[in-house]
Amino acid sequence: MASATPVGDEAGLIAQLRAGDESAYEQVVRTYGGRLLAVTRRILGSDEDARDVVQDAFLNAFRSVDRFEGNSKLSTWLHRIAVNAALMKLRTRKRKPEQSIETFLPAFLDDGHHEERFQSWDEPVDQAMERAEIRQLVRAKIDELPDSYRTVLVLRDIEGLDTEETAKMLGLSVNATKIRLHRARQALRTMLAPHLAATPGKAAS
Amino acid sequence: MKCRDLADFLMDYVSGELPEENRAHFELHLERCRNCREYLVQYEGCVKAGRIACGEASDELPADVPEDLVKAVLAARKLDPSQ
Repeated sequence: MASATPVGDEAGLIAQLRAGDESAYEQVVRTYGGRLLAVTRRILGSDEDARDVVQDAFLNAFRSVDRFEGNSKLSTWLHRIAVNAALMKLRTRKRKPEQSIETFLPAFLDDGHHEERFQSWDEPVDQAMERAEIRQLVRAKIDELPDSYRTVLVLRDIEGLDTEETAKMLGLSVNATKIRLHRARQALRTMLAPHLAATPGKAAS
Repeated sequence: MKCRDLADFLMDYVSGELPEENRAHFELHLERCRNCREYLVQYEGCVKAGRIACGEASDELPADVPEDLVKAVLAARKLDPSQ
């Protein structure tokens, strides 16, 4: 059984980890494991790889808990360790040739106007996201993004890292990171639009 | 400013980083271009959708961490000579 330390009592939990309290290790894994599995699975696109990475990340964190300075939350620290491990795994894994993202970016006419006339979505995004099948669809489309774009989108828009930190983790320049994020968001919009667009007759004129 | 330029500046506009002068041109174009207004709404919508679908409150998260993972981590920790 996990100890009764409340999740909010981080200082107490960290003290228990440093003291080698077995129940504290278990509590950390049970409390943070699910979210770490989700983010590493999103980066790696594989349940098995995510599991290996999360296991290694916990061991790495337990090993270096004495160096945890408490400048960030324990959850944030664990996320950084797990995300770094996932990115490392992604780099070393045999890569499939990456699909081009160009076809998902907006196209323009010679005069600089959009080629496409964008059809309004059927409902505000907050409302659409109340439906489980739409949330699942969004996750599936993010998973379809090419690795180099998906990782930037996950780190910036989902993990909430800033551009500088994302760039550092990925070994990219700040500018390249911004360009990739912008393209990833544009591609995601293109992928989601057919599923969210208003039915014919309801489109804005 | 053309639609093409607006698409380039979109991310900086959304994050509030677009310099004032470009921002004025950007907003003037938006006022006049329904298609770009729609694109902006959808672009921002996708950022929000990703956060809701995959973020901390996502329904994707398992209610419990798989038991075999918990056991594997705790067993590996005990065997780890540097722990």
